[in-house]
Amino acid sequence: MAGEASSGGIEAHPMDQFLIKPLFGDEGLGLFTVTNQTLWLAIGVLIAFALLALPTRNATLVPGRMQSVAESLYIFVRKMAMDILGEEGLKFFPYLFTLFVFILISNVSGLIPASFTVTSHIAVTGVLAMMVFLTVTILGFVKHGPKFITLFWIPSAPTVALRVILFAIEFISYFVRPLSHSVRLAGNMMAGHAVLKVFAAFVPAMGVLGIVPIGAMTGIFALELLVAFVQAYIFTILTCIYLNDALHMH
Amino acid sequence: MEGDIANMGQYIGAGLATIGLGGAGIGVGNVASNYLAGALRNPAAAGEQQAMLFVGMAFAEALGIFSFLVALLLLFAV
Repeated sequence: MAGEASSGGIEAHPMDQFLIKPLFGDEGLGLFTVTNQTLWLAIGVLIAFALLALPTRNATLVPGRMQSVAESLYIFVRKMAMDILGEEGLKFFPYLFTLFVFILISNVSGLIPASFTVTSHIAVTGVLAMMVFLTVTILGFVKHGPKFITLFWIPSAPTVALRVILFAIEFISYFVRPLSHSVRLAGNMMAGHAVLKVFAAFVPAMGVLGIVPIGAMTGIFALELLVAFVQAYIFTILTCIYLNDALHMH
Repeated sequence: MEGDIANMGQYIGAGLATIGLGGAGIGVGNVASNYLAGALRNPAAAGEQQAMLFVGMAFAEALGIFSFLVALLLLFAV
């Protein structure tokens, strides 16, 4: 690891923010150690509860401020599911909504200074993506039986030789899905936060001129807020597309 | 000395791996520019295709992210 402080003015390594540390004591990490990761996972769940369950408990016809936030999130994901999956896909709406809200809240709460980005770890996003992959594969085989394999056989390709090649390509790309699905989210979150930390290291090194990287960081921070939302959106919409493969085949 | 050379190889390799991100940049820019060109020609149909814009960007970006992953693996996992 390149963790040592160098003489170049960087006090903390930009990747140090992703270290998982135990919150109490320092006996190292066990299976049930309470770490900053588990803390921010719990905070994410609490925020989701406070955002969605509490304002809608006494729901009114004309929504208040918090209720309209919850409702617009709900409508946003529901429209996404309806557009891609159609009416019969709505039974997956609770799953899609859970995914979207969890990823959105984890991404955005990771932008709070000194917090921890849960979704910057491939361990977390990998589990999410594997769940999607297993859901799609099992659903496909339950719904279509062994015929699900023909998902990779594209009958509209002009020649048989081309169909065979396409079969191989589609087959491989199917199994790369969980990798790209998880690494996209984790990589985007990790890279954005590392960029912020690298720019932050310029500030003390540049003295009075440090105002320039501070201005740049403000812009990057706004961009990161957009990225946090777009990545949650992309993760959910790709889940919709993969589910659509299993539900409707071609 | 031998360790230093191995370290050097790691860092050079990680730096070279990030070249792949340039390809992702070209790809994402291509998607966005074509979307904009299409949207300006037919603004009425643009709104519905916004989801496809993001999906196309995500697919183009995924391959660049793979090279980022290779860089990380070289730095921390070799």
